[in-house]
Amino acid sequence: MAKRIDVSGLTAYYGSHKAIDDISMTVEPRSVTAFIGPSGCGKSTFLRTLNRMHEVTPGGRVEGKVLLDDEDLYGAGVDPVSVRREVGMVFQRPNPFPTMSIFDNVAAGLRLNGNYRKSELNDIVEKSLRGANLWNEVKDRLNKPGSGLSGGQQQRLCIARAIAVEPDVLLMDEPCSALDPISTLAIEDLIGELKERFTIVIVTHNMQQAARVSDRTAFFNLAAVGQPGKLVEIDDTERIFSNPSVQATEDYISGRFG
Amino acid sequence: MDISTKTHDAPPPPPQPRPAPAEQKRAARGATRPGDRIFLGLTRGSGILLLVIMAAIAVFLSYRASLAISKDNGNFLTTFEWVTAGLEPRFGIAVLAVGTVVSSIIAMAIAVPIAVAIALFLTHYAPRRLRGPIAYVIDLLAAVPSIVYGLWGALILVPHMNGLFGWLDDYLGWTGIFAWDEGAPRAMLTVGILLAIMILPIITNVSREVFRQVPQMHEEAALALGATRWEVVRMAVLPFGRSGVISASMLGLGRALGETMAVATVLSPDFDLHASLLNPGGGTFAQNIAAKFSEADEFGRDALIASGLVLFVITLLVNGAARLIIARRKEYSGANA
Amino acid sequence: MSHAAIADKRPGSLRGARLPQWGPYAIAAGSVAAGLGISAGAGLHSSIQWALIAAVLYVLGTYGIAARVEGRRQAKDRVATSFVWVAFLLAVIPLASLVWATVKRGVKVLDGYFLTHSMGVVADSEPGGGIYHAILGSLEQVGLATLIGAPIGVLTAIYLVEYGRGRLAKAVTFFVDVMTGIPSIVAGLFILSIMLMLKMQPFGFAGSLALAILMMPVVVRSTEEMLKLVPNELREASLALGVPKWRTILKVVLPTSIGGITTGVMLAIARIAGETAPVLLLVFGNPFINSNPFEGAQASLPLYIYQQYSQSAGSTYAYDRAWAASLTLIAFVMILNLLARGIARWKAPKTGR
Repeated sequence: MAKRIDVSGLTAYYGSHKAIDDISMTVEPRSVTAFIGPSGCGKSTFLRTLNRMHEVTPGGRVEGKVLLDDEDLYGAGVDPVSVRREVGMVFQRPNPFPTMSIFDNVAAGLRLNGNYRKSELNDIVEKSLRGANLWNEVKDRLNKPGSGLSGGQQQRLCIARAIAVEPDVLLMDEPCSALDPISTLAIEDLIGELKERFTIVIVTHNMQQAARVSDRTAFFNLAAVGQPGKLVEIDDTERIFSNPSVQATEDYISGRFG
Repeated sequence: MDISTKTHDAPPPPPQPRPAPAEQKRAARGATRPGDRIFLGLTRGSGILLLVIMAAIAVFLSYRASLAISKDNGNFLTTFEWVTAGLEPRFGIAVLAVGTVVSSIIAMAIAVPIAVAIALFLTHYAPRRLRGPIAYVIDLLAAVPSIVYGLWGALILVPHMNGLFGWLDDYLGWTGIFAWDEGAPRAMLTVGILLAIMILPIITNVSREVFRQVPQMHEEAALALGATRWEVVRMAVLPFGRSGVISASMLGLGRALGETMAVATVLSPDFDLHASLLNPGGGTFAQNIAAKFSEADEFGRDALIASGLVLFVITLLVNGAARLIIARRKEYSGANA
Repeated sequence: MSHAAIADKRPGSLRGARLPQWGPYAIAAGSVAAGLGISAGAGLHSSIQWALIAAVLYVLGTYGIAARVEGRRQAKDRVATSFVWVAFLLAVIPLASLVWATVKRGVKVLDGYFLTHSMGVVADSEPGGGIYHAILGSLEQVGLATLIGAPIGVLTAIYLVEYGRGRLAKAVTFFVDVMTGIPSIVAGLFILSIMLMLKMQPFGFAGSLALAILMMPVVVRSTEEMLKLVPNELREASLALGVPKWRTILKVVLPTSIGGITTGVMLAIARIAGETAPVLLLVFGNPFINSNPFEGAQASLPLYIYQQYSQSAGSTYAYDRAWAASLTLIAFVMILNLLARGIARWKAPKTGR
């Protein structure tokens, strides 16, 4: 059910501070798009506007359009709750619900969205955990709390929780920044598998990671501290890393700043 | 400095007496400097004094209580009487224990849900700009002296209860619990409502603190799954805050159990058990002490002390339990941090 | 298979039917009107009743309407929201009533005469008289209690934060917590049991001792919190200069946290100033001016309120005096609170990065 995202003229604020300015881009379905850029350039903010999480922050507000296939997420009468149901998100730090078991964590989204029979739930939880490459590690302790897992396992649990509801899009906000290299590798492999089924957008600080996992890469930058972040360019990952069309991108990628 | 002046004043040739080994040792270890020792002694002494006071409270109350209980012609636990004057004193705490528990249960049943709701209101629902001022007002309310609540309860709340009591009697009178003989509404239900109002701020404040500590990331996890605000509260906030709310309620319960003046001003007591919460009568430990104290002779006071000892033990258990829950919660949340 | 199951249960569109913005307000207005209507129709006069009816109607009405228009999940969310608002309003009503009643009835007799005269020659059922003796008694008892309770509390907190390790500190911490929950009347009974053994008559200082017991745990708790806020780097910097530990505490740690400690002590004073029960047992009350806290019964403000209420057999003059004394007491407590918070804000350690 992967869908295309079409962003046009999107500007986001924190109170009176403009965090990102006039961003337009298209994200293709069944692909991985990576956002890179220096700290504070607004790439995480932009990611959070794609499932209306930005407005959860005090003072957060958004102007512009985000079309999911043909429907504007910010159109009149759109319920942010349904938006977040369609656009899943994985956060920087693994955040399984500490009071729930592994099973309940994965089932949490399903239980919100309808009545499932126990057998249906079992099937979907198993499928999601398999999808997150976690099933073999946890199948014997589904009733143990999710907080007992290692950091990498917790993050894959969060991915399982997000994909259990079969969203159209999966947003990932630096999903590996709190993990060790081996767990990071596991998640990167997983991203490669998940893009068969989902539209994936990932924010990362790690350029090698962007190069490894993404099909397209968007580079964000800001003119100065306190200025709003802007989209510098978006292109095929290969081009961005070999022959970008903007000088600033090349400077950033070759490590001259940021 | 002492040493240097000594060496200068003393004539150089004669051999100096070497400092005693004990002195050497002291100079080597900073912690045994006189100033440090005095200061440590003072602070540790204060801490020990606190423990001594607690122990003394238990010992003295028990001793005086034993003087009274040994001469009780009734059964201290089951007698429905409180006669301490004369040669044949008969007194028992049954009525007081029931009254104390009943009034506190009513107070908790009303206050806990409302306090939790207000705490949620303050952390998740109220317009952001209002949160500070409202929390501030609730803080101030916690500071209103109990006697003022008592005066307000007796002169304002009691007359307002007539209507409610009539209503409850009309529709629920058949249960017996809500039967009303149209007497002045100076009854357990009124006491319970007043106590609920009094313990509301403390339960609200502690719960609010707990809800505020719910990590943002858990709430965002729920939001990102497409949870409504209530579902966020149910999935992420309430489970995380549950033990905190329990201990907050226990603290409130401790207050309600021991409250004296508000009960003494509102309740019209007697020494009997009543099925109805709407008819006057009954009593609580603290209320009984305040009411009987001024006419009591020395033996009568010992009897009141005996009832106070029971109250002391009950509040000790309740508060101890609350603290244990809090302590366990600390470990638990620490493991997850 | 599970794919299909999910697809069946997902909403077709991002757009659901929504109640209009003014929906909740309309339901609220309707509930209040209906509450008033039902009350008028049934001949109920109490404001408590129509408010309760309106509150219940509001919560039920919200659920019913939202469930029809928006679906069950949204309806639950709206009910939770409305319940939370209703709870808040329900709590505000008695509290507003309390403040309003105290101010309105309190100002009747509260004037310079009232503040500067005692009840010495005034019977409880007559007009006139004042609270001078009670204010004096309160100030002396609370002052003495503070002199005892505050230093012990602060020192104990210093022990717990700066030295406390091992079993003794654990025991002190636990019992400080437990002590916080001691009912004030039990503290009164404790001192009473000592007085009974020493065959002593009521006097002001006995009340101070009970109040000091109530004050200590509060001071310990707040001071502890404040001392913990002092960054360890400050202590280490001082110790590294060769300053002994006790001087480090006196010259570095305490001055840094003095604002917070003062706040804590003032809040504790505000709390014990309103205590009635131990004063009733130990100081007994006295209509005359007695400025000696070490001999003879004294009055105190909260005790005065209680006795004006309970010993006057319903005289309105006595009730007026009780309200005026309540207003004075509340004003005193609130001013202490506001001052304490002011100091806390003014002296708060700056934690800028």
